[in-house]
Amino acid sequence: MNRPTLFIPFALCLALGAFLFFSLGKDPLDLPSALVGEPFPEFALEELHEPERQLSTDDFDGQVLLVNVWATWCFACRIEHPWLNSLAEQGVAIVGLNYKDHRKLAQDWLRERGDPYQFSIFDPRGVLGIDLGVYGAPETYLVDAEGIIRHRRVGVVDERVWNEEFRDLYQQLMDDANAE
Amino acid sequence: MPSNLLSGWGWLKQIGLLLLLLSSAAMAVEDVVSFSDESLRPRYQQLLEELRCPKCQNQNLADSNSAISQDLRAEVQRLLEQQLTDAEIKEYLKNRYSEFILYRPEVNRATWFLWAAPVLLVLLGVSIVLRLSRRKQSSDPEAAVKSVRSVDQQQRLDELLNSHKRGSE
Repeated sequence: MNRPTLFIPFALCLALGAFLFFSLGKDPLDLPSALVGEPFPEFALEELHEPERQLSTDDFDGQVLLVNVWATWCFACRIEHPWLNSLAEQGVAIVGLNYKDHRKLAQDWLRERGDPYQFSIFDPRGVLGIDLGVYGAPETYLVDAEGIIRHRRVGVVDERVWNEEFRDLYQQLMDDANAE
Repeated sequence: MPSNLLSGWGWLKQIGLLLLLLSSAAMAVEDVVSFSDESLRPRYQQLLEELRCPKCQNQNLADSNSAISQDLRAEVQRLLEQQLTDAEIKEYLKNRYSEFILYRPEVNRATWFLWAAPVLLVLLGVSIVLRLSRRKQSSDPEAAVKSVRSVDQQQRLDELLNSHKRGSE
């Protein structure tokens, strides 16, 4: 065996080591999303504050908007809430999806902390949650004017996440929607 | 050093380990599920074994007691009652939770290497073993020694041997 071939196992070990090392930085909770690029799933659910009002994707009304999955039992939602309030003040359309929660608790929660949502979909059994592939709250979806999901964030959306993941895409979608 | 400290805790560690071992037996989650047709039950069990909990990741739906797993178990049951095939149920969940939910991923562009790797590694191993054994058979000891020497070394050796021969004559 000549000298260079003796180094092949060593090189393979190095390559494996490098692969494993760089895989360490990956967040195992960051699942690939099946729904980005797909239309927002159809649903027929009650409004949180007005039980007699039936909601569907028609209520998105061709707006570019955020759909925020939240619940009163979700601790991270409390952390996220002030930033959603401030986004709503800046004029970003946000729809709430109250996920596996109690109506009364959710209404009180919003009264206490402010309600950034245009309207709130009430999904006590997580039906829409399953169609969206929700596996925890909070989650936030960016939906374009055609009702297509363009981005998904599992976890808190705060100012940093907004600036990094949402802001530019949101602006671009708004420009597209206004151009038409 | 800590070794003293640890030995003092040894019995506690052993009990802890024992408890851990025992607890795994009680981990599997049992829901009371009723089917309109009992023949659905084995398929239900099989599907729960092969579907992964999206929240807890290292457990399947059968093992996990997280809220999302409970919901997905109910969903699988509902779909079974609707007479969907196993493949259709997997497709349904894959469309929502991505490929990630399948413990046995489909063969596609991203996963073919995963599926082929064991076969490729076995083939690689067999070919290495064959090459090594063939080399051993074909080479006599003299040739083996020669192969180690470089051309330069061989020349020098020949010179030394020759000079020695000349000296002894």
